[in-house]
Amino acid sequence: MSVHRVMGIETEYGISVTGQPTANAMIASSQIVNAYANYALPGVRRGPRWDYSEEFPLRDARGFDMSRAEADLSQLTDDDLGLANVILTNGARLYVDHAHPEYSAPEVTNPRDAVLWDRAGMRVMETAARLATAAPGGLPILLYKNNTDNKGASYGCHENYLMRRATPFAEIVRTLIPFFITRQVFTGAGRLGIGQDGRDLRYQIGQRADFVEVEVGLETTLKRPIINTRDEPHADPELFRRLHVIVGDANLSDVATYLKMGTTSLVLAMIEDQFLEGHDFMPQHPVREMHQVSHDPTLNHRLTLEHGKRLTAIEIQREYWRLATKYCDEKYGAQVDEQTREVLTHWELMLDRLSTDLWSCAAEVDWIAKLQLLESYRTRDHLSWDSPKLQAIDLQYADIRPDRGLAAKLENRGRLTRMFTDEQVLTAVTAPPPDTRAYFRGECIRRYPESIAAASWDSVVFDIPDSQSLLRVPTLEPARGTKAHVESLLDSCPTAWDLVRALTANPGG
Amino acid sequence: MGMPKQGKAERRSTRETEAEEVAATAVDTPSASSLDADVDSILDEIDEVLEVNAEDFVKSFVQKGGQ
Repeated sequence: MSVHRVMGIETEYGISVTGQPTANAMIASSQIVNAYANYALPGVRRGPRWDYSEEFPLRDARGFDMSRAEADLSQLTDDDLGLANVILTNGARLYVDHAHPEYSAPEVTNPRDAVLWDRAGMRVMETAARLATAAPGGLPILLYKNNTDNKGASYGCHENYLMRRATPFAEIVRTLIPFFITRQVFTGAGRLGIGQDGRDLRYQIGQRADFVEVEVGLETTLKRPIINTRDEPHADPELFRRLHVIVGDANLSDVATYLKMGTTSLVLAMIEDQFLEGHDFMPQHPVREMHQVSHDPTLNHRLTLEHGKRLTAIEIQREYWRLATKYCDEKYGAQVDEQTREVLTHWELMLDRLSTDLWSCAAEVDWIAKLQLLESYRTRDHLSWDSPKLQAIDLQYADIRPDRGLAAKLENRGRLTRMFTDEQVLTAVTAPPPDTRAYFRGECIRRYPESIAAASWDSVVFDIPDSQSLLRVPTLEPARGTKAHVESLLDSCPTAWDLVRALTANPGG
Repeated sequence: MGMPKQGKAERRSTRETEAEEVAATAVDTPSASSLDADVDSILDEIDEVLEVNAEDFVKSFVQKGGQ
């Protein structure tokens, strides 16, 4: 494989109610989701529920299940607690996860689309906050695309990658740990504060780094691991696993998200094809290195590897880049697809510029863009690093309102690169990706909103008038239910009843 | 290397220079390149949108943990 594979991004947004620091975050988050549900599916008496029948949050990729009694309450994400939830016509899920509104983007097949539907999520959240605030009795809600309050709490931006089940998990762990530690140099979203509670007011590269406490584990809300072992493939479990990555930052920069998804997908391809045998960059102390790479914006820190070598994060990334280039040359030669070529080229360029001219990366790397703002502001006003104004800039960088957010301001001035136009993003807010099952899910909700009782990544459940029972259509194959597969079928079915009859007559459809 | 110059083109009062040095030693970050006009106007724009009471704003941003 190349950079192409089934992937997706889920983001929990920071939420605050202006002037009411003690407001209940679950209620505020519900207002966000419900406001958007009413707007996106107007007139639908009751939107589709989430179908939990295929969720196994305690299944461990290492081959066992954690018992429910052993689990922390926050790990039981398969219980329907009655929290707000809506499935959108673009195939995404918008819901309340713990005490945050979350946008789980639809499944896509490549990094560019991952960026586009992640951007669509920002637009959804921005609209939702505006609507919730304007609603009668609504709270003045602000949303932030970041990962910490700098007071000890963290919330995630998770990446998901579909992988071949046959790949040994131990291989994934050994290759990805060093990769995740070192990719921070271009994926970090920047943070003013060191330590989980941010009490040490120095700048660091990553938002999420200090919340990583162990190397490998099932948990996502406590004792957070570099490699998460949650094993819910949302696909045929005999063939696939879904790698659930929780160490990444929520990026405002499109290019950062693009490279994050693209380079990770390439590394996974090399693992799947056993291309990396004999190449080992495992550090002696992975968790500590995760923190130390993040704490060194000069990028001079050297990681001590198990075999004794001492390399910088950029040097290790260069090795991954060199291997990926060799891998693609050998596997595809001149036939390599355009996006894979683009990721490889951009990755190399990024690493070169990071080591020769840091500030030249400010248009593409969040932590550098933010640091430049902080440094400039600090210099102009002769502020010390503990000035609340600088902390406010750190926070407002991630404010998703186009007229208030500082990343958005940089974009408007062309100082932060955008990969898509407003029109493209707006289209992705309502339209599903054409080339995964998200198309079937989203189109069913658009065409038959009254007849969908529930849906999930791997199912659509129909509620047909006059029918005794609900009809569950499994969508266990992420690459089926695409526009090419089902558009003409859907076009020929004016009602959900027609569709169900057609599907029952021809179950392979 | 990624270590841009210190941008101390103009003379400043001793007090300012000291303040800057104190701040610089407190934080191990690469220092910013000299301000260009565009950055200046961005800073002005930040002034327009930055929450008036930065301290209260930062303090009141309290989140519950997530995944």
